Amino acid sequence: MSKVEKFLQSAFFRTLISIVVGFAVGAVFLAAVQIDVGAAYGKLFTSIFANAKSLSYSVVYATPLIILGLSVAFSFRTGVFNIGAEGQFVVGSMAACVVGILVPAPAIVLVPLCVLASAVAGAVWGMIVGILKVKWGINEVLSMIMFNWIAFYLSNYIAGLPAIKSDGNAEATKNVQEAAMILLPKSVISKLGLCNSANWGIFVAILLSIFCYVVIEKTTLGFSLKAVGSNRDAAEYAGINVNRAVLTALGISGAMGGIAGAMNLLGMGQRISIFTAQESYGFQGIIAALIGNSNPLGVFFGGLFYGAIKYGGSRLNLIGAPSEVVNVIMGTVVFFIAISHIFKFRKRKKEGK
Amino acid sequence: MDALINNLGIIIYASLLYTPPLLFAAMGSCFSEVSGVVNIGIEGMMTIGAFTGATVGYYTANPWFGFLCGGLAGALFGVLHAIACVNLGADQTISGTAINFLAPGVAVMMAKAIFNSSDTVPLDPSSKIPLLFNGVFSSGSAVSNFLKNVFSTYATTYLVFICVVVVWFIFYKTRFGLRMRACGEHPRACDTLGINVIRTRFVCVCISGFLAGLGGACVTMATTNQFRPISIVGQGFIAIAAVIFGKFRPQGAMIACLLFGMCSGLRIVIGTSNAAISAQLISMIPYVVTVIVLILFVGKSHTPAANGKPYIKTK
Repeated sequence: MSKVEKFLQSAFFRTLISIVVGFAVGAVFLAAVQIDVGAAYGKLFTSIFANAKSLSYSVVYATPLIILGLSVAFSFRTGVFNIGAEGQFVVGSMAACVVGILVPAPAIVLVPLCVLASAVAGAVWGMIVGILKVKWGINEVLSMIMFNWIAFYLSNYIAGLPAIKSDGNAEATKNVQEAAMILLPKSVISKLGLCNSANWGIFVAILLSIFCYVVIEKTTLGFSLKAVGSNRDAAEYAGINVNRAVLTALGISGAMGGIAGAMNLLGMGQRISIFTAQESYGFQGIIAALIGNSNPLGVFFGGLFYGAIKYGGSRLNLIGAPSEVVNVIMGTVVFFIAISHIFKFRKRKKEGK
Repeated sequence: MDALINNLGIIIYASLLYTPPLLFAAMGSCFSEVSGVVNIGIEGMMTIGAFTGATVGYYTANPWFGFLCGGLAGALFGVLHAIACVNLGADQTISGTAINFLAPGVAVMMAKAIFNSSDTVPLDPSSKIPLLFNGVFSSGSAVSNFLKNVFSTYATTYLVFICVVVVWFIFYKTRFGLRMRACGEHPRACDTLGINVIRTRFVCVCISGFLAGLGGACVTMATTNQFRPISIVGQGFIAIAAVIFGKFRPQGAMIACLLFGMCSGLRIVIGTSNAAISAQLISMIPYVVTVIVLILFVGKSHTPAANGKPYIKTK
């Protein structure tokens, strides 16, 4: 097979095609609601690429999405669909928030403590679902949906407690201490002309991508997880403890979901609001994982792509274009990724003749 | 005693207000899952149904026509899901996730284009789904208040329970129902016996979208009177959970939906009468209860054997 042919057959190429189709469908909908497509897409891209400040905003938006994408992709490999990333994200950010407000400590201790708290909270949230599945055979999709809601209301409840709630009228928590924030030093920000929220989170995302790659591809644990994902019965017959693999995958996945929450809070949000509806970060993470074909490097770029479009999309309101076009684009991209295998299928059939 | 009867009436009223959207969507989910297609896109289909119902209802002032259009809009996305999953053998979870982004995106974009706001204009009471037996029960004594609360509810509440009976009948008493359940268990065997698996599943997924759309329209045309971006958020997933909880049977899903609906009702009564208990904690009850019930009584649910697996006919 020639290099060109190989490229045309690759998942990467199919993803690229899907992205192009996504923008085309987005354009159709924009035109349908009488928005100037050129102006809207122009605004979308100039908002992302205008300068270092806007680029760094895209990265800040992308950070939690990358980590959530990794969380989803990791358990996907073990055959578990982590629709519970939303809940893990929420408990993770709340744990980091509580520690960040209440524990008086210098940054060097406080930041790791916040991240640790979020990882533990997320891991516990994931493992509960795992235990329900392993011990009582309860469908994980069902219990994850339940735990997403429990996390949502728990977070709202904690945010309303006197020790945590903001002193003003805001329906939100207090701000976490400055020492807990993971922003880049002020001097670096002003020198490079980055946005005020530029933070260390992206480096955590890179480290976690490498971590996922190494665990999945280079370790015995990763091998057993993949074995369980591709054929549960065969894995069990080969002596792999399937239940333990599922629990491990959900624990690691959950921890990453929690860390994503901490990065979002300590890097950008600084406080948690009392919400009336779920924020759907988890589902955005699922999209990042799907665009990246559940492969750590792919997820990294998938998350970066989504983060940039999300940031660019948020600026569309300035010219009166609906920012929801981002959802249409992303939905279409994923839809075409889902059906993209048919192109490959047809090709192979022709070769067979 | 009077207060008790009164509160009971309010709880039942609220349950009957919050159950129908979930129940319509859950019936939809049943159709799809039982025929062997995982439909996680119920959420998106509800959202587009909610928007279409409210919009058509507003412009035509004909609630039933709007309600029907809500269903059809859901069915449209059902067709999309069916083409991807049934005809093209796509991963069903991925396609469903895509629909959950696509449909709400389209809904809010259209709302902004038509109403210049992400919310639709509130419906007049006359363009909402009518209240059945309105004025038949007069308020007055505790008992008549109770009767008024329980029976003077939206027509969709009565409709949804009729729908459950019809769905049950289709599932267990008709040839189509038997075939579709068989398609969910062993499509290859069905194919051998001359049942058109692809067509059966296609139809089921479309029905599923239609019912989810009706569920969404219930929210914006009965429970509330306008579409907002947060009208649906999460309800589609609750409906899916209810179906798994109810072991993929319409009657089981109905009980689960009533449980969720009743907890919403309880939340309103307790929330207004006793501020000492946090509303957030009360809101958590249905989900915690579900998990406990699952552990204690339900346990392993039997998923249709071929659920989630695309069927590709070998040539």
